[in-house]
Amino acid sequence: MSEDTLLDVLEVMHRIRETEETITRLRLSEDIVGSVHLCNGQEAIYAGAVRALELSRDAVFPTYRGHGWAIACGVPPEAVLAELLGRESGISGGRGGSAYFTAPAYGMYGENSIVGAGAPIACGAALAGRFDGSGRVAVASFGEGAMNQGAVHEAMNFAAAMTLPVVFLVENNTYSELTPTRDVVRNDQFFRRASAYGMAGVRFDGNDPDAVRDAVADAVERCRNGAGPVLLEAMTQRIVGHYIGDVQHYRPAGELDAAIAAEPIARAERMARAAGVGDAELAALRQRVVDEVDRAAQAALAAPLADPATVEEHVYA
Amino acid sequence: MPEIIEKTLSYAESVNAALARALEERPETLLFGEDVAIPGGVFGVTKGLRRKFGERVFDTPISESAILGGAVGSAMFGRRPIVEIMWADFALVAFDQIVNQAANVRYVSRGALTAPLTVRTQQGNAPGACAQHSQSLEALFAHIPGIRVCMPTTNQDAYDLLLSAIWSDDPTIVIENRTLYHGAKQPVRIGGPVQAVGGVGLRRSGSDLTVVTWGAMQHRVLAAAERAAAEGIDAEVLDARWIRPLDLDSILASVQRTGRLLVVHEAHTIGGVGAEVVSRVVESGVRLSSPPVRIGALETRIPAAVQLAARVLPADEDILGAIRRVAHDVPAGRVEAMPVGAR
Ligand SMILES: Cc1ncc(C[n+]2csc(CCOP(=O)(O)OP(=O)(O)O)c2C)c(N)n1
Repeated sequence: MSEDTLLDVLEVMHRIRETEETITRLRLSEDIVGSVHLCNGQEAIYAGAVRALELSRDAVFPTYRGHGWAIACGVPPEAVLAELLGRESGISGGRGGSAYFTAPAYGMYGENSIVGAGAPIACGAALAGRFDGSGRVAVASFGEGAMNQGAVHEAMNFAAAMTLPVVFLVENNTYSELTPTRDVVRNDQFFRRASAYGMAGVRFDGNDPDAVRDAVADAVERCRNGAGPVLLEAMTQRIVGHYIGDVQHYRPAGELDAAIAAEPIARAERMARAAGVGDAELAALRQRVVDEVDRAAQAALAAPLADPATVEEHVYA
Repeated sequence: MPEIIEKTLSYAESVNAALARALEERPETLLFGEDVAIPGGVFGVTKGLRRKFGERVFDTPISESAILGGAVGSAMFGRRPIVEIMWADFALVAFDQIVNQAANVRYVSRGALTAPLTVRTQQGNAPGACAQHSQSLEALFAHIPGIRVCMPTTNQDAYDLLLSAIWSDDPTIVIENRTLYHGAKQPVRIGGPVQAVGGVGLRRSGSDLTVVTWGAMQHRVLAAAERAAAEGIDAEVLDARWIRPLDLDSILASVQRTGRLLVVHEAHTIGGVGAEVVSRVVESGVRLSSPPVRIGALETRIPAAVQLAARVLPADEDILGAIRRVAHDVPAGRVEAMPVGAR
């Protein structure tokens, strides 16, 4: 990765992290209410993957842990924060909240709070591409826990049987909520399931944005060339709870420290330093993003709440 | 049968006590679901049960079809599974196992096989919850012959109804509510005989109208009933905690005395259980002094933003308005025009 690219990726990862940190503060102050799932530690997946996508035609289908995907796709932090704050200016006007907003104008076709539900829908987006001439590739992104959901099995076979351009991207953070996923599967090398469906399957370091970008770029190329779906498994760790407030008593001693040591932002900074970028430049980059997200939070807080008089809109044509 | 003792328990602890008793007394019970065993449940409801009962309590993959199908199959072979579906909304990914499978086991085998399984789930809105984590789906379950459905709201009912469900030889859905789990502790009678399924709970005696409700919504109903009392309207509040079988006799006995009926639920009204209650009361021929009314969620999706959800779900004011309307027989839309206290 060139130095410029590395700094671009780092900026996106900072933007995601700062937004998540701001959300945490606003949740603890109860400006934001309800269940919030953060993606701290998994930022390299989003920042890396979008570099291999053309968001004007490709379509991403993330999960409830989707703030990072949205920001990587270009949704302004203010629109995400405003959404969680129930503002009219939220990306879904306060309808979706933290776990279920959608940003189709940015190629981000919705978080989903039903585990695995995005995978069959991504097949449909790819199917439509076969008829609309767009050459669209659909990315279904979900946790490894979702690999045990019937809908995901069906989607993989459906996409493979129909040679659909779908990238199934597993964000393997090793936990299904509070349960280690390896405790509920016989084989936790999920990419190996691909061959059973007749797909290519690849596992890689999900904390390395370069590795993510390369893997997604290969998969996208296969898809665009008509070779059918690919299963990607990005290995990562969340460095926060499953939701804000999760005390993570289920994590063995030392695991979280190791995850923090391997988290992608500090790591990208180490790489930048090794490539000759100075500490001052790195600090300035981060500060610029901190200020940007701070302004976004103030604007979101100052914006008017979504209007209850509108609750019956958009249910039917 | 353990003797009756009284303990001060939260709703979650009451559920836990019922599960512990079932696992203790009935060795054929199993308890499984996502995060229920080692983590003790995402809401902490099943804490300690794995340690106490070992491998009869276990964690599953995120596989609702396999959880529910596993319950159906193990029930057919002599187990008495109790499974957790973390949110009622998630039952939809595996609805087949309830509607096409569990409900047919006894029927198609003409009683040679049964499916004595219990599905514990929870539903309803809580602040900030999205449209896929907020629905009240009791009507979907209650629509199905062969399935039994209850919605415990008091801590005592959280204990009693769950045991009735587990002891029942039919597939039974117990719908809890996460906003109740860690609320106030109350004295709960633990032990004693397990009650048969069915029956209503009398939550407030009154003579002017009968309000039938269920689930967490009844707290708002009771608050509205107190405000109505200050205006001179004496509402009787019945908790139809068993939705199927519905205890129509108890509802009719009350309506016969009051001559007026209001049904309040959190679920949407169209095709809801409220429609069923009103129909059954009207069909019975009991004389009503004013048209029956039901209120529930507006016919829209449930938004995450708190102020939006507050508009969609019945609020204390809406319930009070409906109580006035039924009590004074004023047409819809004219409730606000009634002078407070006028009769
Ligand atoms: C169908 C369904 N079942 C259960 C849940 C509850 N739930 C929400 S997140 C989650 C864990 C998902 O784990 P994984 O797929 O690995 O993704 P992660 O949360 O780690 O990103 C579960 C069980 C749900 N939302 N939908």
